[in-house]
Amino acid sequence: MNIIVCIKQVPNTTDVRIDPVTNTLIRDGVESVINPFDAYAIEEAVRLKERLGGKVTVLTMGPPQAENALKEAIGLGCDEAVLVSDRKFAGSDTWATSYTLACAIKKLEDFDVILCGKQASDGDTAQVGPGISAHLDIPQVTYVKKISEINDKLAIVERMTEEGYDVVETPLPCLFTVVKEINTPRMPSLKGMMRAKAAKITKWTAADLDAEPSLLGLDGSPTRVVKIFTPEPRKGGEMISGSSSEVAKELAELLKGEVV
Amino acid sequence: MASIKILLDKCTGCTLCVKACPFGAIHMADRKAVIDMTKCTLCGACAAACKFSAIEMEKAAGPKKDLSAYKDVWVFCEQKQGVIQSISFELLGEGRKLADKLGVKLCAVLLGSGMEDAAEILGERGADKVYLGDHPALKAYQDDPYTSVMVKLVEEFKPEIILCGASTIGRSLISRVAIKTSAGLTADCTGLDIDTKERLLLQTRPAFGGNIMATIIAPGHRPQMATVRHKVMKEAPLTPGRKAEIVSKAFPEEVFASRTRLVEVVAEVTATVNLSEADIIVAGGRGLGSKENFALLEELAKVLGGAVGASRSAVDADWIPYSHQVGQTGKTVCPKLYIACGISGQIQHLIGMQSSKIIVAINKDPDAPIFKVATYGIVGDVNELVPALTKEFRKALNK
Repeated sequence: MNIIVCIKQVPNTTDVRIDPVTNTLIRDGVESVINPFDAYAIEEAVRLKERLGGKVTVLTMGPPQAENALKEAIGLGCDEAVLVSDRKFAGSDTWATSYTLACAIKKLEDFDVILCGKQASDGDTAQVGPGISAHLDIPQVTYVKKISEINDKLAIVERMTEEGYDVVETPLPCLFTVVKEINTPRMPSLKGMMRAKAAKITKWTAADLDAEPSLLGLDGSPTRVVKIFTPEPRKGGEMISGSSSEVAKELAELLKGEVV
Repeated sequence: MASIKILLDKCTGCTLCVKACPFGAIHMADRKAVIDMTKCTLCGACAAACKFSAIEMEKAAGPKKDLSAYKDVWVFCEQKQGVIQSISFELLGEGRKLADKLGVKLCAVLLGSGMEDAAEILGERGADKVYLGDHPALKAYQDDPYTSVMVKLVEEFKPEIILCGASTIGRSLISRVAIKTSAGLTADCTGLDIDTKERLLLQTRPAFGGNIMATIIAPGHRPQMATVRHKVMKEAPLTPGRKAEIVSKAFPEEVFASRTRLVEVVAEVTATVNLSEADIIVAGGRGLGSKENFALLEELAKVLGGAVGASRSAVDADWIPYSHQVGQTGKTVCPKLYIACGISGQIQHLIGMQSSKIIVAINKDPDAPIFKVATYGIVGDVNELVPALTKEFRKALNK
């Protein structure tokens, strides 16, 4: 089974601090990591390969340093890695990003499954996974929490919904976006880390892709930012003290309007 | 190819752009801004922040599309098991304002099977027109037929704006529709407005990792598409008897083809109330100390008619299933009342709940970061305070 995992390198939010004066994120010293949701996609891909044989190719679009995220993915069990990187991709919104990734996927060999995290922790859009499947015109199932059955023709998966889950059957090739519930990612092994260090990353620029230049980067992005501002930070309010029953009474009084 | 440059005669060296750049790509040299192109992602934050129009972004002009044929504001109305979801009414409330500003019709799109009677409510919620796609294949959501029908409708009727819920269905559907119709799409907008001169949808959302807000436009493309999270907009008022024109659209059978097949819909019993729909959430963290103590929260939630949420550490400790997790790797919620019990308030958790209207925090550590965002804070033992609260509310609500 040929599996492709699409990942994104994002700032590690556990490092993120807020500047108390400007109320903006302090980025200095913030390390870049694999998007937390993509870790589940990587793990699921590696598990599928371990069960069914085949190969896992990890793919990312990003600046040159995104290579580190790919190496990390190799350390976690992916076999091959492709970095799609070019100044021409700068300014990509989700439309142009999914187009670029779809073009890269078309250049790879035939695949059975594409796995993505449900969304990236820095943009939070959940648009790129479905965007890739739309560009490739393949079926998708989003928010997958379990792959119950899979063979070379079809898969039966559980798709998380607000109320529970749907059981969905899909032919392959198909794109899945996965949620945290699907697995517990492993830690990299020593052997994996050594493999990561030695790994050769395939690097493609815009010229390597069969892509329409006007659809790449900022030029290919329908959306753009016109204004940015920092919202007033939420301020802490009133502290209530006293015995448990006093506090409970006061709180019940204060919240009366909200809980009816 | 797109490019960016500093207009040196206009740059005053004020450093606003340096602060605005989310990627640390701008520094000052000789009191003028200099962009490090190896770091710049052309995100446009600096140009948007510059008060002196000193940063110029150039974008190759794509093929000019005639946008004048696009009019009306559409709302995709989600239904599950034949019931129109309340997020649709919130979007109709917001859509009404946008349509009035533009002087166009507000239209609802409803896809399902046997939904004709249910469609009546959309007129009472402010829609002027309802595009109804009625077919057995549309009974429950599947990506293929829903996408195909939406794309056909967009191509035929050409809306200038489409709003859609940022739900599992909405996000899956509209992302595909946006690609197929070459439209701009902005996720999770917290504010929407209209630039009436340019007829542009001004879409405001948190960006660059959370606490910077960005206003985003999609000039040169129609429709302009946005998703909005549940509970962010106010529901459209109900006007009994108000009628919308119903436009039933039939399509050739192949439009309804689906490669995927829905085998079963499973409702999970553990979720007393859908977290993202709940008006009140009682959430617990590591401070609760044990799985058993979560029962205290359930009791309080039951009395308040709310749902139970949890921090990541409580979920990781196996005290409660993942579907209850609030925060960056869980759900984002904005209820009217969020009661955080024994939750310290790490940034990953705050991201998921800080837009709640009222936040009550109970924690034994007076320095816990949760108090910085709490409307009401109580320093104390959750396992004592929660039962006391349950008792008080039971009394107050006569339950």
